[in-house]
Amino acid sequence: MFDYAPAPEAKLASFQKSYGHFIGGKFTKAANLYPTINPASEEVLAQISHGTAKDVDLAVKAARSSYEKVWSKLSGAERGKYLYRIARIMQERARELAVAETLNNGKPIKETRDFDVPTAVSWFFYYAGWADKLDHAGLGHNPQALGVAAQVVPWNFPLMMLAWKIAPALAAGNTIVLKPSETTPLSALLFAEICQQAELPEGVVNIVTGFGDTGAALVGHKDVNKVAFTGSTEVGKIIAKQVAGSNKKVTLELGGKAANIVFDDAPIDQAIEGVINGIFFNQGHVCCAGSRLLIQESIHDEFIKKLKRRMNTLRLGDPMDKNTDVGAINSADQLAKIKKLVKKGVSEGGELWQPECKIPRNGFWFAPAIVDNVSPANTVAREEIFGPVLSVITFRTPAEAVTKANNTEYGLSAGIWTEKGSKMLKLADQLNAGVIWSNTFNQFDPTSPFGGFKESGYGREGGRQGLLSYLKAGK
Amino acid sequence: MRLDVKKTYKLFIAGKFPRSESGRSYQVKDSKANHVANVALASRKDVRDAVQAARAAQPGWAGASAYNRGQVLYRIAEMLEGRREQFVSEISSLTGKTQKQADAEVSAAIDSWVWHAGWTDKIDSVAGSMNPVAGPYFNISTNQPTGVVGAFAPQGSALVGFVNTIAPAIVSGNTVVVVTSEHLSLPALTLGEVLATSDLPGGVVNILSGKEAELSSWLVGHMDVNAVDLEGTSNPTELEISAANTVKRVIRPGTYLREGSKGNLQHILDLMEVKTVWHPKGH
Repeated sequence: MFDYAPAPEAKLASFQKSYGHFIGGKFTKAANLYPTINPASEEVLAQISHGTAKDVDLAVKAARSSYEKVWSKLSGAERGKYLYRIARIMQERARELAVAETLNNGKPIKETRDFDVPTAVSWFFYYAGWADKLDHAGLGHNPQALGVAAQVVPWNFPLMMLAWKIAPALAAGNTIVLKPSETTPLSALLFAEICQQAELPEGVVNIVTGFGDTGAALVGHKDVNKVAFTGSTEVGKIIAKQVAGSNKKVTLELGGKAANIVFDDAPIDQAIEGVINGIFFNQGHVCCAGSRLLIQESIHDEFIKKLKRRMNTLRLGDPMDKNTDVGAINSADQLAKIKKLVKKGVSEGGELWQPECKIPRNGFWFAPAIVDNVSPANTVAREEIFGPVLSVITFRTPAEAVTKANNTEYGLSAGIWTEKGSKMLKLADQLNAGVIWSNTFNQFDPTSPFGGFKESGYGREGGRQGLLSYLKAGK
Repeated sequence: MRLDVKKTYKLFIAGKFPRSESGRSYQVKDSKANHVANVALASRKDVRDAVQAARAAQPGWAGASAYNRGQVLYRIAEMLEGRREQFVSEISSLTGKTQKQADAEVSAAIDSWVWHAGWTDKIDSVAGSMNPVAGPYFNISTNQPTGVVGAFAPQGSALVGFVNTIAPAIVSGNTVVVVTSEHLSLPALTLGEVLATSDLPGGVVNILSGKEAELSSWLVGHMDVNAVDLEGTSNPTELEISAANTVKRVIRPGTYLREGSKGNLQHILDLMEVKTVWHPKGH
């Protein structure tokens, strides 16, 4: 194992002491404050306003007014140009956004710099081009926007999830009230500044910060036409109940418990990298994480040995260090949840292994972990951990792999590792998952629809299909 | 004088025609309130049996080629055409429609089967995609059936509304448990006989006659149902809340018209899942 000298990224982002909400193109006076922290150091970064039902109402009113007076009257071509502008400004401020995201989320700077921010930008570029081509979306001539979209996004990819929500909604002609996660509001607030710099008409994008009660007020607001949520299955079910009986169109992108299936004829070294990336990318705070390794029994021992060797080289620590592979867990609550589930998995017969690594004194950390010898009924084989924990299950035949992979209430993603194309294609047909990565994992692209089967939610984000979540057929 | 032989109207589950396991029946009357038949009154247990049959049949039906599914759906249209008179007579008896009006409804139902039959092998050509991702990957999105659909046919339609409820579900490879209109259930039950002679595998369509208000909570709450079509229900808000417990896909009442001689592609797609597959391009 090599030693690395520290390679810290410059702290290219600064925050105001406190932030209000972004409503009608302006920041409101900060009020009802709570601190947002850096989970790697527990240092307070800024004070954030906890939005009330009244704040939400003002934001929805601003969105409705701008929808009726401005946004719905603009041509698609002009809307598209605003999106292009936003994409360009995000590129100009890319490093600042990456640093802000890393400070507030705890994920490694190499991920925010090379993945989160560029992917967020690409979403705006992609959907910008759709704005004047909606006749080709698949709903016939002159499809219509829905109106005001309520969007609630999670803490694991704060800026990227914002982009996945805002870009298609604006391209389709909707206006927006978005609520970022309570633990990671800062990149959304920087994005509000970007909207100002892009001279986006006031009220087209509104951002209200706060907790679950703020989100509930937004989702339940009677003047909202569309609800888009990414987060836990538990909250997704609450939202689905809340909107029942309304005319609100809903898309939900919820939890997952993906099987990453490795056959004995797989390219083993690639598969090791894919399994590592599948579960330790973003500390495993990924809804589509490959959290269940399904390994063909004949290569179990060899594969686990290689996997452990590779895990020994993962560098855990300061997320601002450019060499860091595994950053901080996003919050104390999440860390407690991970620890509890792993403990339960071990008590139910799982064998826990973690590499030796130095855990920083402050902040929230969990060393990468595998739990081997996991039975299908084990808690760590069934429940989403949302942390850097890989459960290992064996199988003998492709049919058994499919049965075990599908034996979950989730259905977001799956991985297949084999050099045999015909086997891969058959498995891809049989797996009940919305995204299948074969001989790769955790790939995302704005042209490529993403979303789940079963309790992983409904609706898609990305591609033409993702546009349909924000449109209805014209009259 | 010869006494005519009347038919016993029974449920259609797993390709068979059982009575309700509850032993219950209810009286269906014509538009002038005269007795027409005693029809099986489906129970909670019948719902469970039907879901089990639908689940068992689903992989096979989804696994059949789209070409094959198209031919089966077309065969349903053929069989329906051949029994046109029986449906015309049932519809006009129950609804009071004239022969001509009832005949038009049967025509619409037949044509809708033909319309749906033609979709099986075109859905992905229209709604699927090759995605030009920014990297060396082959990336394709296809549409796959969501699984088992629990459906409630419109209460006010004797045949065409029923057809436009089941056809959009099964065209793509879903299987369905469908509750008929309570008072206009006879044509739907007779359609079961058409389905049974159309090479449609048993269990793909399961038909329950009875009271939607009694059955809906069990069908919508069933853990092994993937999507629900609430068209013919009387308490859709309550049912949508129940459906959320397992994140079922929900079609709210009034979303799609069901009286016409064709359906709606979006209706078909609402009961499907987009699946995206990635593979590296390289060596």
